[in-house]
Amino acid sequence: MTVNTKQDRDFIKTADEAVDMYHAKKEELIPILMKVNQDLGYIPKPVMEHISSRLQVPQSHLYSVATFYHMFFTEQTGRHVIKFCESAPCHVAGGREVFDALQEDLGISPGGTSDDGKWTLMTTSCLGVCAVGPVMMVDDDIYGNLTPDQIPDILAKYE
Amino acid sequence: MAYFRSHILVCNDPECVEKGSMDLMALLKKEISAQGLENEIQVFETPRIGFCEQGPEIIVYPEGYHYINLQKDDIPFLVEEQFIKGRPVEKWFAPKKPEGAQELREPTTKEVRVVLRNCGKINPINIEDYIAEDGYAALAHVLSDQSPEDVIQIVKDSGLRGRGGAGFPTGLKWEFTRKSAGDQKYVVCNADEGDPGAFMNRAVLEGDPHSVVEGMIIAAYAIGANQGYIYCRAEYPIAVQTAKIAITQAKNYGLLGDDIFGTGFSFELEVRQGAGAFVCGEETALIASIEGKRGEPRPRPPFPAVSGLFDKPTNINNVESYANIPQIILRGPEWYASMGTEKSKGTKTFALAGDVNKTGLIEVPFGITIREIVYDIGSGIKNNRQFKAIQTGGPMGGCLPIEYIDLPVDYEELTKAGSIMGSGGMVVMDDETCMVDIARFFLEFIQDESCGKCVPCRVGTKRMLEILNRICEGNGRDGDIELLENLSAEIIEDSLCGLGKGAPNPVVSTLRFFREEYEAHIYNKECPAKVCRALINYDIDPENCVGCTLCAVNCPVDAIAGERKNTHVIDPDICIRCGICKQVCNYDAVRVT
Repeated sequence: MTVNTKQDRDFIKTADEAVDMYHAKKEELIPILMKVNQDLGYIPKPVMEHISSRLQVPQSHLYSVATFYHMFFTEQTGRHVIKFCESAPCHVAGGREVFDALQEDLGISPGGTSDDGKWTLMTTSCLGVCAVGPVMMVDDDIYGNLTPDQIPDILAKYE
Repeated sequence: MAYFRSHILVCNDPECVEKGSMDLMALLKKEISAQGLENEIQVFETPRIGFCEQGPEIIVYPEGYHYINLQKDDIPFLVEEQFIKGRPVEKWFAPKKPEGAQELREPTTKEVRVVLRNCGKINPINIEDYIAEDGYAALAHVLSDQSPEDVIQIVKDSGLRGRGGAGFPTGLKWEFTRKSAGDQKYVVCNADEGDPGAFMNRAVLEGDPHSVVEGMIIAAYAIGANQGYIYCRAEYPIAVQTAKIAITQAKNYGLLGDDIFGTGFSFELEVRQGAGAFVCGEETALIASIEGKRGEPRPRPPFPAVSGLFDKPTNINNVESYANIPQIILRGPEWYASMGTEKSKGTKTFALAGDVNKTGLIEVPFGITIREIVYDIGSGIKNNRQFKAIQTGGPMGGCLPIEYIDLPVDYEELTKAGSIMGSGGMVVMDDETCMVDIARFFLEFIQDESCGKCVPCRVGTKRMLEILNRICEGNGRDGDIELLENLSAEIIEDSLCGLGKGAPNPVVSTLRFFREEYEAHIYNKECPAKVCRALINYDIDPENCVGCTLCAVNCPVDAIAGERKNTHVIDPDICIRCGICKQVCNYDAVRVT
């Protein structure tokens, strides 16, 4: 591929760092993608192309892996990612009402990103903190014992 | 090791962290330094002290004082009383008797801790703490005095069965892998604990990671492997970190790597992370994921014991299975086999969640009844409500009704009753739970997590979900129940892996025990538990309504009309059944019909 913009160059740099960190091993593909996803928030197409050529793995394989795992994004995400736990203990503890309130406040549905690019909302499988359900994560912060009326205050903490 | 007269363990479970336990720890350290006690009292973090519902929690050793609900302002007083004057502050102690305990019998402690014995007791990121609790003694014994065949025989004699859920005898699995031809073999630890409501493995990896590492080294010796992987889900960042720290420490101590204990046996261990795919807990999918592929299962046989990771013979066990091994070696297989029932030996950890007073992690001998778990250990149902069902075995498990409350919990009994052991999630449900909604909910989860490789699971569960959705929305049709039964039978029969084969279980078990709820939804358009929105109505009881207007003010769609001090009325055509009016009413005037 041709590299022209600064963004492309940054992407390639990030991809190289991730590949080198895991010694360009094919079987380390998932940790490599994880690193890119952490650094950039998602896995852009140019990055996939570059990793594909470095690892000598077909792009189709890379794409199939990147889209298989819930934690990898192939589209740009919002500045803050909200992961709402959709597991049974949270559900039993009133999770659905909280989730409805969350969707209403954000104006987006699961998997969506708000128009201003601030929020991405997704559901997650069990976070293992079931004793304080319902639970959600905003970026790396965990919120437990949620009720619908707490949602606006929590969201207001984020810029 | 430096000598400290007291050790303060601060709970670092996310529940307690959220309540400020880390700030509390910083304050404790500051206050202890300010009093000049930093060389006498050690403060460190640990997971799983108690039930975390009244965090932040700390525990003070050697006395074992367990404090809960500590606030920042309490710290100077606590340090002065407890550590300078030597007087424990009893008013902040965790209650000895569970609060809100009710009915049936006086709660007694029925737990036996084998796997969880060190959790909350030792510093998980200090290998010396583990060694002080006989850590790595089993490994030393095995490597110097026993042949791999001896080890396999001990594990077989103990009766230990796979704690991941299927319950395959662990010793037998090791023997198969040992006897498989191949110069390169692997041991893998399945720490992809994805069942909703199950967090036993997280607690073990975070609280006592060395027990898993030691168990894996012993397994590697028994089967003849020199490379191992712990596959941990990425939703557990702390567990990933503690496992990595444990491995590094074990390496530094010569317990991993080349020529362990000078016996010529070598073993390397690495942590691999998942990336959020439930199906990767299935062993063949897990193998694919470690190889850097899509985590899709493949048909068995060949089993991993013959052809697993990179097509080499591979032994896969769950975290809890490995964590049992050192104790079995040290205390003998007879000791282990003395606990439990005829076919299920030893103890099992469960994550107790849902509508019980005391949720959290428990470890009990097999054969304990559901009643003992719910009422003696869990302190009964929340808010004085009635027990309706217990869901065991995760999303592929089943719901058991009150008739089974005296069922002894072991692999066979649960299967006979129509549920499964699974990895150990237990969700207790009270009488306000709609079983159709629960079945739909689990199926939604399965449908979302189906990897899509085989048709029965991918398409079959989708069709089942559509049927359940329409039943919950009040559009259920005559024949839907039979259709669900047919689909379930086909999916169980024809799916490729355990996920698909177990997918219809929540529906099958709720149909078996709560068929009348399905019928009420379909034929009477009624939700007996008053959960399914399309089938309920809210109205206001004129007897109780004082006309405070609170409901009308809070209604998001302005469906409530009425003058101040007069009875209010809900317009059912506008009402969206959100239930906010019922939540805000202080006079219990909003009814669900």
